[in-house]
Amino acid sequence: MIPISWILFLSLSLFSIGIFGVLARRNLLFILISLELMLNAVVILFIAGSRYHSVPVANSDGQIMYLLVLTLAASEIAVGLSLVIHMYRQHHHLDIDKLNKLRD
Amino acid sequence: MTDYSSLLSLIPMLPLLSAVILLFSNPSRLWVSILAVGSITSVALISLFLNYVYWQQTDFILKASLGSWIDIAQLSIGFGLYLDALSLVMITIISGVGALIHLYSTGFMYQDNSFKRYFTYLNLFVSAMLFLVLADNLLLLYLGWEGVGLCSYLLIGFWYQDSSNNFAANKAFLMTRIGDTAMAIGLFLLFTHLGTLDIQEIQAKAHTVWSLSDNTIASLCCLLLLGGAVGKSAQFPLQNWLPDAMAGPTPVSALIHAATMVTAGIYLIARNSQLFQLAPDVLYIVALIGTFTLLLGASAAMVQSDLKRILAYSTISQLGYMFLALGVGASASAVFHLMTHAFFKALLFLSAGALIYSLHHEHNIFKMGGLFKKLPVVAVSFAIGCSALASLPFTSGFFSKELILEQVIASNHIALWWVAVLGAFITAFYSARLFFVVFLGQTQLSPNNNPTKAMSMTLTILCIFALFGGIQPTGLTTLMPPLSSVNLTFLQHWLPIILPFIAISVAWWMFKTNRFGKTQHSTFKDIHQFLKSGWAFDSIYNVIFIIPFKYLCQLNKHDAIDLFYRLIEKISSVLHNIFSKFQNGQLRSYNASLVIFCILAFTWFISGELIR
Repeated sequence: MIPISWILFLSLSLFSIGIFGVLARRNLLFILISLELMLNAVVILFIAGSRYHSVPVANSDGQIMYLLVLTLAASEIAVGLSLVIHMYRQHHHLDIDKLNKLRD
Repeated sequence: MTDYSSLLSLIPMLPLLSAVILLFSNPSRLWVSILAVGSITSVALISLFLNYVYWQQTDFILKASLGSWIDIAQLSIGFGLYLDALSLVMITIISGVGALIHLYSTGFMYQDNSFKRYFTYLNLFVSAMLFLVLADNLLLLYLGWEGVGLCSYLLIGFWYQDSSNNFAANKAFLMTRIGDTAMAIGLFLLFTHLGTLDIQEIQAKAHTVWSLSDNTIASLCCLLLLGGAVGKSAQFPLQNWLPDAMAGPTPVSALIHAATMVTAGIYLIARNSQLFQLAPDVLYIVALIGTFTLLLGASAAMVQSDLKRILAYSTISQLGYMFLALGVGASASAVFHLMTHAFFKALLFLSAGALIYSLHHEHNIFKMGGLFKKLPVVAVSFAIGCSALASLPFTSGFFSKELILEQVIASNHIALWWVAVLGAFITAFYSARLFFVVFLGQTQLSPNNNPTKAMSMTLTILCIFALFGGIQPTGLTTLMPPLSSVNLTFLQHWLPIILPFIAISVAWWMFKTNRFGKTQHSTFKDIHQFLKSGWAFDSIYNVIFIIPFKYLCQLNKHDAIDLFYRLIEKISSVLHNIFSKFQNGQLRSYNASLVIFCILAFTWFISGELIR
């Protein structure tokens, strides 16, 4: 069996890649993808946790949590992508450094 | 007997109504004159009628109410009017002389562009003064008092395009304001101690609450009221606004000096004479102020070269006589002199106005001369006015001034009597000097336009009053009984009668030997300059008050208290700048700060857990 620390390490690296993507990328589309990555990093931790704690009694809380998060991510990305499409139609680019009109 | 209270309430309301109509409409010049002169003339007729009704009675009181003003638990003040012998005399002077001045003004101001504005102010002025003398409580009196102050400000600065006129108006307003403040404090003090502001109640209550032996508060109240009177009536130490108040149109000067404004202070003290009797020390101060001022005014009038300034200083000096009379307890004589003074001073000012009108606004008397044949009506009016001012026998001024001098003797103030007699001598001297220099000698300027018919008519009427107005109203002596008469010595009896003639002879000799208008020696020159500036009070006040005040202003240019508020403003704007840096609209920096916060928070939390 794979030790839990490997999974933790995998989750942490995925999450860090996600954060890096959110912070470093300028394109809105890539930021959304990075967000998905972070979500998945968290979810994988859930599944690993439930697996880790299911030694005396079977435990599938992690999988249920995964389904919930997946639904949330799907709806979130649906809204996000529609916004991205609208923005692209209006501004013809997706550079968030230039999309700072809400400040005013 | 019939009730005349509705007539009484008409008296102050008519000019007020006319002023309001003039303020909100724009009639032609003819209608302005009809409205303005008509309203005052009807008031004059009403007061003449009231005089006729109450002629036989010596002890009468007529009351009217125009509604309530302030009505709360302990304080009830209404627009109540109160007419007795004193206010009857006052309204007769104000409306009578006021009406004549209004009539005269229609001629004098006809060419002025602001004809309507002038008459609006004038009507308001008379109305405020009528409220002042008819008020039955001190607060309503104070309302009239302030109204008079406001209108005098507006009228002195009437020709506002010239900034020196505005300065004169400001000076008059501010100087009287000092007195007004004292008076307001006096009113508060009276109210806290007596619980009422009704004038008659105050007189009655004062004698029960205070007594002659325990009169500290009473003296303080009287002193504060005196402050108000001193400011309005241009007495020492607040006298030097009056000569500058000559900046206004000449009929306005006549109104201020004869009928309204300066008489207010005399009226206030005469009205509260019973209160003042509780404070003999204050009365003595009144007498001293009067004596000092009469000498100051007379000596300053002696050396002026501006026609209107001579008359202004002579007003100050005559008001000094009235204060002297009030101070020795002869209020009736003071009001009597006020009345005769109103007649001859109005006459003098209006004829001076006619003179100035004819000579194209020339004020310097040394540029006039030999005008007797050119302007006979004005010259005769001036002669009558001057002789009344110099109190030549059988003019109106003679009777009132003799009465005052007699009362001063009766009150045993011999030193004050000598000063007053000296003042009378100087008065006669400068009156004669004024008349000789302007009307006799060589012609220098020839008049261009003759006085209008309205002017000559007014002058004629006033001449009659100035000559024959020396009849003391009987009601006054009953209301304020004079001091017991004494037997005057031969000197005391004849000296005041002889002195004016000596003064006139001296003036004639000096005029014949051509000594007026020239200063010979350097010592004389200094004295001359000192007298001419009204005993240099303007410069003294400049050094004592204005320069330190300006220095303080300079010191506090940036307002010490403001520094604190400016600090608050500074701090908040610095904070604003810092925090607005965070709100840059860059999504990635928001994200970065979120991440940094999370990392820091988790680190702190975990390290805390680890240490524990």
